[in-house]
Amino acid sequence: MGRTVSRDGGFRDGEAVRVKSHFQPGHVRTPFYIKGKTGWVERCYGEFRNPESLGHGGDGLPRIRLYLVGFHQKDVWDGYDAGRDDKVFVDIFEHWLEPAAGA
Amino acid sequence: MAHEHGPGEEHEAGPRHELSHWAKRAYAIRDILIEKGVVTEADIRRQGEFTESKTPANGARLVARAWTDPEFKARLMADPKKVCAEMGIDASTLNEFVILENTGRVRHMVVCTLCSCYPRPILGRPPDWYKSFNYRKRAVNDPRGVMREFGLDVPDEVEVRVHDSTADMRYLVIPARPAGTEGLGVEELEKLVTRDSMIGVMDALPSVPE
Repeated sequence: MGRTVSRDGGFRDGEAVRVKSHFQPGHVRTPFYIKGKTGWVERCYGEFRNPESLGHGGDGLPRIRLYLVGFHQKDVWDGYDAGRDDKVFVDIFEHWLEPAAGA
Repeated sequence: MAHEHGPGEEHEAGPRHELSHWAKRAYAIRDILIEKGVVTEADIRRQGEFTESKTPANGARLVARAWTDPEFKARLMADPKKVCAEMGIDASTLNEFVILENTGRVRHMVVCTLCSCYPRPILGRPPDWYKSFNYRKRAVNDPRGVMREFGLDVPDEVEVRVHDSTADMRYLVIPARPAGTEGLGVEELEKLVTRDSMIGVMDALPSVPE
């Protein structure tokens, strides 16, 4: 992967983030199960067209930073009792993330 | 029995076959698009043939070569689309392509909980189970249980990483190279690399099938 991306103002690798839990009608690519959960930025993939606009015939602009966000399975599912290091990674657009420090 | 014939339905018609609500809707939309001149039947046939021409063999070529050539693997992981182009694999329709490598300590499994995102140019059409609600739900909250159903018991000390491909990334897993395959050439190794091992729910085959 090793892609270098300019991310002025974006989240840093390793930064703790929480997925916003608000409901938004229309085409959204943030899965329900991960809303409100806290994880970390594994890396920034760069900027991509916004699916919430593309899904309704829009041009998807401006592009939005997309992050690979990691979560410990134990933090996502109550009673997840298998491998203690198991993780789930979700691709999440920046406007769905907030710094977890402000909890 | 009620049986509405739509054009192009023949290939899936069985003696008791009935189209689902969604299939009827898809055929109706297709017929309207043809009627309005947006696409032609030939366009649809060509696209269907193009889609059908993609098979997991493309992915198996990448994996077998990566097993035998560390320098190739490093380049594949750094810039998968460029390496696909070099190999004559048309991955241009993929927005972004990410390679995940299984090791003795970590294994990866891919799902799209929102729909059925899948690296089609590399693996062809996704299997039906990949698109099922059952897999999409359980792959994220019980990945070890899902793998057990595929016949794979993952030891607790191995970390399972599930990748939910919710956006522009398409993921391909490089399964671990089976032990005892040092003597095999690339073409034989390709036969060990199954579709399911590249989704991550299974290991590669231990030996070349008869």
